[in-house]
Amino acid sequence: MEGPAAPSATLPLDDAAATALERALARWGREPVRLLQVLREVQEALGWLPPPALTAVSRALGVPLAQVRGVVAFYSFLHAEPRGEYRLLFSDDVPDRMAGSGQRLAEMCERLWLEPGKLSEDGLVSVERTPALGLCDQAPALLVNGRPVTRLTAARAGQVCELVLARVPLEAWPADLFEVEDHVRRRDVLLGDDTRPGEALDAAFARGDAAGLGPQSLLDEIKAARLLGRGGAGFTTGVKWESCSRQPVTPRVVVCNADEGEPGTFKDRLLLRRHFDLVVEGMTLAAWAIGATLGFVYLRGEYRWLLDSLEATLARRREAGLLGRSIRGRPGFDFDIEIHVGAGSYVCGEASALVESLEGKRGIPRNRPPRLAEVGYRGLPTIVNNVESYCAAALIARHGADWFKSRGTARSSGTKLLSVSGDCARPGIYEYPFGVAVREVLADCGGEGAIAVQAGGPSGACLGQDEFGRRVAFEDIETGGALVVFGPERDMFEVARHYAHFFAEESCGFCTPCRVGTSLLKTLVDKVAEGKGTPRDLAEIERLGGVLRTASHCGLGESAPRPLIDTLRRFRPAWERRLGSSSMEPSFDLDGALARARRMTGRDDEGAHLPP
Amino acid sequence: MSARPTFLLDGVEVPFDPGQSVMQAALAAGRHIPHLCYHPEFKPHGSCKVCTARVDGRMMTSCTVPAEMATEVESDTEELNDLRRTLVQMLFAEGNHFCPSCEQSGNCLLQALGYDLGVMTAGFRHLFPDRPVDASHPEILLDFNRCILCELCVRASREVDGKDVFALAGRGIEKHLVVNAESGRLGDTNAAAADKAMSVCPVGVILRKREGFHVPIGERRFDRSPVSDQASDFAPRKPEATRG
Ligand SMILES: Cc1cc2nc3c(=O)[nH]c(=O)nc-3n(C[C@H](O)[C@H](O)[C@H](O)COP(=O)(O)O)c2cc1C
Ligand code: SF4
Ligand code: SF4
Ligand code: FES
Repeated sequence: MEGPAAPSATLPLDDAAATALERALARWGREPVRLLQVLREVQEALGWLPPPALTAVSRALGVPLAQVRGVVAFYSFLHAEPRGEYRLLFSDDVPDRMAGSGQRLAEMCERLWLEPGKLSEDGLVSVERTPALGLCDQAPALLVNGRPVTRLTAARAGQVCELVLARVPLEAWPADLFEVEDHVRRRDVLLGDDTRPGEALDAAFARGDAAGLGPQSLLDEIKAARLLGRGGAGFTTGVKWESCSRQPVTPRVVVCNADEGEPGTFKDRLLLRRHFDLVVEGMTLAAWAIGATLGFVYLRGEYRWLLDSLEATLARRREAGLLGRSIRGRPGFDFDIEIHVGAGSYVCGEASALVESLEGKRGIPRNRPPRLAEVGYRGLPTIVNNVESYCAAALIARHGADWFKSRGTARSSGTKLLSVSGDCARPGIYEYPFGVAVREVLADCGGEGAIAVQAGGPSGACLGQDEFGRRVAFEDIETGGALVVFGPERDMFEVARHYAHFFAEESCGFCTPCRVGTSLLKTLVDKVAEGKGTPRDLAEIERLGGVLRTASHCGLGESAPRPLIDTLRRFRPAWERRLGSSSMEPSFDLDGALARARRMTGRDDEGAHLPP
Repeated sequence: MSARPTFLLDGVEVPFDPGQSVMQAALAAGRHIPHLCYHPEFKPHGSCKVCTARVDGRMMTSCTVPAEMATEVESDTEELNDLRRTLVQMLFAEGNHFCPSCEQSGNCLLQALGYDLGVMTAGFRHLFPDRPVDASHPEILLDFNRCILCELCVRASREVDGKDVFALAGRGIEKHLVVNAESGRLGDTNAAAADKAMSVCPVGVILRKREGFHVPIGERRFDRSPVSDQASDFAPRKPEATRG
């Protein structure tokens, strides 16, 4: 690999930065694909990425400096400017706002004497917003240097401010500030699971050995179970695995998508925190099924606080012979897992953007063909699945396809975890067999008065009351599992506007329709919010929405207009009452002006009148 | 030799070689499909989306769909040209394009496509980004105001010149081109006027100094004939770019 092209005078690297870089390189190695992880760890040590550190990283990994800067500027958690000793990151999801995060943010900024997005003058503290922390069931929430503080009442917010101003180190903060509830409200087969580590693997081996089919027996079982991916799009898992297993190239790669970036979703948080053994068991089964040796968990940066416990689980499984060489004593079955931590980018949840990010690059969705199953991570055949999908696969391996299919609907077998938040008495995680009606979920969570439910986050459907009979299943409402409940006092226009900003913020910028279109949509919605909108603007939003839906490169751009279009259809009055009065009648009386001109010029011919 | 396989483009048969994209096959057959980020010597990029066509009922970018996957392609339809006009308007709105004062006027693919598609109005309120010009290099001027982010210069510098002079930074509407030097200026890189990267820009970003208006406006490439009549000039020249 060639080094960066002739940079000019190099800035000196101070000791702290040099040590941080050495440690990151010792852990990750010096390959260009390690860029993102190295940058992230250097920043963890320094709080930000000073220019000399970027130059040094560029040299060490042989990545051109411009590319290093390009990566830093892509991920919102990487900072090329100084941040505070205490970095407060407010969750800005809709349920956070509904629970008063805006008020908390204002109070805290006043108490800490700073503006959002700016560093305090003494360098002590900085306050920023991020789209979603995956803590909607205990909103409002924020991260302090990566650690979550939930249920942010005025009192707790005040307590955080005092601790910051007194410069109390995080380790000495009261533990109750950092408590994160699980909020499991309804269990079915997944959350009630009691599989011991290795048990599902043994069951799969036994089935394969008995049939004399080896790994093919597991592929057959997954296909027979009709498992559909839990990440939202509902791909047939068995077909994806099988096509990857047929690729001539080895080694193959198993990736767990733990990016959970869809606003309103937090069920993977629970699986990672309490059921990670089952997740890893599912990944290991996948590795056996497709003949993979490399595994990755792509953990969203917002969940960095889970990393230590996840690493500990992996270490325990290595010790128990459940990861590493000759797993469960089967010669030739070698597989291990590395955890990569993301850095604040929603699009990196898209499978091919995720793989780019694993390769240390900006998270830009790839062109297809080829599919990842053919050409994935570093050109190797790769499968990417959601956290919950791997859990389901482990259950199928242990209990069999028939058992699995006994729950759910004809096309959607098994159960689904739902992340429920917003205006309801019991927000949290609910596991139901597929086919459950939205109304039933609302009754269980205490959200009966709802006027709307956003199902599947901003990329999903915004449902009105007349649609609460619809069902969560791939036949009806496809969803990654987020249900945000809106009570009668909520303004659905503001919800849509919030999501328009979200998509403009998160567009990766690769393709024209999404890069420019999300910004144009945001501008139009803001114009309506200011009372300057016209009916033409609403029509223009619909037209632009069509352009994004048809021409965008990936699912982000395709779904970006959805909250706008859905609320325009179902909650039109919420939009129309914003329209400026000028839209109802022409703001400029042209004929009146012409009449004055006629009088002044004494003309009364055809050209001095408006055309009929 | 057996007959080459074909697909239908707007009802007319287009032959192709295995491995060709719909775009490559069409251009080689002298049939134009509007494009901006496609280049005859480079691998497809698929980002501008103006080549979007209906391939067997599905909207796809002609420059990335393998011809083998296509049976019937619709491209020259009112629906698709409407879509393309909107995309071109988006690109005009995103940057700062003052064609009458641009050295590239008449040689610019964006402008040519705009004329060809009959883009009559601005369409959108322009975003007027603030993008300073880089005049640090003795022979090359960079006017980022006109960048459409097609990455051709990035690709050419990496794949042909082996220099990595350019890269992309940021995301969304903030996405922008950056230059590989600590100062961020072209004059502090090893870029040379003879580099491939300096001659691939389809619009007026990468300009040679002191050559401005060499050929008078009115006699330039797209002044002489519309881009849609020049399909063959865009036919793939090599199956793939040479790797540097
Ligand atoms: C913008 C965007 C964001 C996505 N985010 C996630 C995510 O956070 N988690 C996830 O599992 N899938 C996400 N997906 C879907 C993935 O592309 C992919 O379909 C999924 O990980 C496949 O796993 P599954 O088949 O098990 O569902 C996202 C897709 C798009 C277009
Ligand atoms: S649709 Fe948006 S997020 Fe997806 S590739 Fe295009 S610009 Fe990037
Ligand atoms: S400078 Fe020209 S070639 Fe490079 S990305 Fe911009 S428009 Fe494309
Ligand atoms: S030419 Fe096909 S996307 Fe640009």
